[in-house]
Amino acid sequence: MSSPGQRQSVLRFERVTVSFDEQKALDDVSFELRQRESLVVFGAAGSGKTTLLKTALGLLKPDSGRVFVFGRDITDLKEQDLFRIRSNIGMLFQEGGLFDSLTIEENVSYPLENLNGFHLTEEERRARSEEALRFVELEHTLDKFPSELSGGMRRRVGIARAIVTEPKLVLYDSPTAGLDPITAFTIVALIVKQRDLRGAATVMVTHRYQDAHFLATSRYRPETDQIETVSPTDNDVETTFLVLRDGRLVFQGTLAELEASRDPYVEKFVKREE
Amino acid sequence: MLDILKFPALRVQEFYILAGRALRNIVRGPHYASDIFIQMDIIGVGSLPIVLMTGFFTGAVMAMQMAKALMQYGAVGQTGQVVAITLVRELGPALTSLMVAGRNASGMASELGSMKVTEQIDAMRALGTDPIQKLVTPRLIATCTVLPLLTIIGDFVGIFGGFVIAYFVLNQAASQYWNSAWQALDYSDIAQGLIKPFVFAFAIALVGCYYGLTTTGGTQGVGRSTTQAVVVSSVLIFVLTFFITRIFVSL
Ligand SMILES: Nc1ncnc2c1ncn2[C@@H]1O[C@H](COP(=O)(O)OP(=O)(O)OP(=O)(O)O)[C@@H](O)[C@H]1O
Ligand SMILES: [Mg+2]
Repeated sequence: MSSPGQRQSVLRFERVTVSFDEQKALDDVSFELRQRESLVVFGAAGSGKTTLLKTALGLLKPDSGRVFVFGRDITDLKEQDLFRIRSNIGMLFQEGGLFDSLTIEENVSYPLENLNGFHLTEEERRARSEEALRFVELEHTLDKFPSELSGGMRRRVGIARAIVTEPKLVLYDSPTAGLDPITAFTIVALIVKQRDLRGAATVMVTHRYQDAHFLATSRYRPETDQIETVSPTDNDVETTFLVLRDGRLVFQGTLAELEASRDPYVEKFVKREE
Repeated sequence: MLDILKFPALRVQEFYILAGRALRNIVRGPHYASDIFIQMDIIGVGSLPIVLMTGFFTGAVMAMQMAKALMQYGAVGQTGQVVAITLVRELGPALTSLMVAGRNASGMASELGSMKVTEQIDAMRALGTDPIQKLVTPRLIATCTVLPLLTIIGDFVGIFGGFVIAYFVLNQAASQYWNSAWQALDYSDIAQGLIKPFVFAFAIALVGCYYGLTTTGGTQGVGRSTTQAVVVSSVLIFVLTFFITRIFVSL
């Protein structure tokens, strides 16, 4: 087992500030995520969580600070070069971002067709999309349109599209927001399964503490096709927690540190067993 | 004081950047030909009924008004000429473009605006496509191709509307109307009548796409962008008409 220090850096923010007009959406944010690690981002509405993910993808440019993806400084890269970096990143968008003029299958195969670096034939693309849809158990919806699916199903299609390229970094923006507990659990289980099957670094934005807790304490075993609970101490996949408040990082640490925190804002995100 | 000017100045700058990129993409690949044809169909075929209606009735109304005015000078025979010149030079391009602005600048703003607020535009960029290349350039090319054609059709139907009034109501000879209409037009009228819709096409497509792509604030924001796109593109059409006419008059 490699120690964290030797693992390759996947995503690193160095004192990143992003502002819209005069208002700072991210203010002096620094963190690092390495291979096989997970990152959970908590924060109230408007605290800059989506901004953080979009900056990691290069969709937003920092006003100051540097962003490194897979060790490469992407801060000043041109859009054309960013496409190459983005073929290794998958993102589930908060508002879905599914193209409503395309079928489910066309949506899922879109990145394979348009991102450079995938030289696949039509059949190979179809096979890959079907495989990704089978992973989220939606292989029967190939020819439907996004408007014909339920909210939870659309979320799963979004996951299929995010992982169809087998990216090394997957960003999930509020994957369980607005879903019932059962569907929400299915989604987080998919995220854990994807993370442990491919060893992808994972960033999850969420409001729900139980989702974050589950992500940090669960492990998928491909041999048994089961998700088991592991104690946070014998963890081979570390999970780091970030808490954002008005664009500033007010907490950064492990699950134990998060649960021990006495900061009133941070405490609001933690559900302790009474 | 400078702060008040900063916001509009920034928006104008953003607009120029969008326009520059959309134009540059016309010569640079990749081209999405099927998107261009879909847009030509939506803008051209879709606007045809409304262009036919407005053209016909504008020509008919003009013939009635003009015949009455010309009667005072004993020049009713020139109705065809007056109708043809006003339609081809001014009213045809302006009215056709206003109709297309109302239909399609709003359509573009609301379509792109809802794509923006549901993060489809971000998803496009994340998944390897340039939204300007995929969305704006096809709409620009389609509008620039289709609007002059629609204008020609509108002009012709308008002159025909004038003929219906001249022939059936004013009892003029058909040949007199058509001859005076045809002879009145020279090349500079036709040039002016075709340059205008071509220029207006830029205003319609770029303003519609600009307001769509800069939409913020959810579904409410989409409504706001749509309204603004129609207002701004319509006003621009009038302002541009003024300047183009000014140039042709002084030639
Ligand atoms: N395109 C934009 N233009 C202007 N301001 C923006 C834009 N996007 C975000 N903001 C502002 O930046 C701040 C952070 O927004 P962000 O979307 O990152 O919040 P969030 O943490 O994802 O919130 P939520 O939980 O509601 O999704 C907010 O104050 C928001 O108003
Ligand atoms: Mg958000």
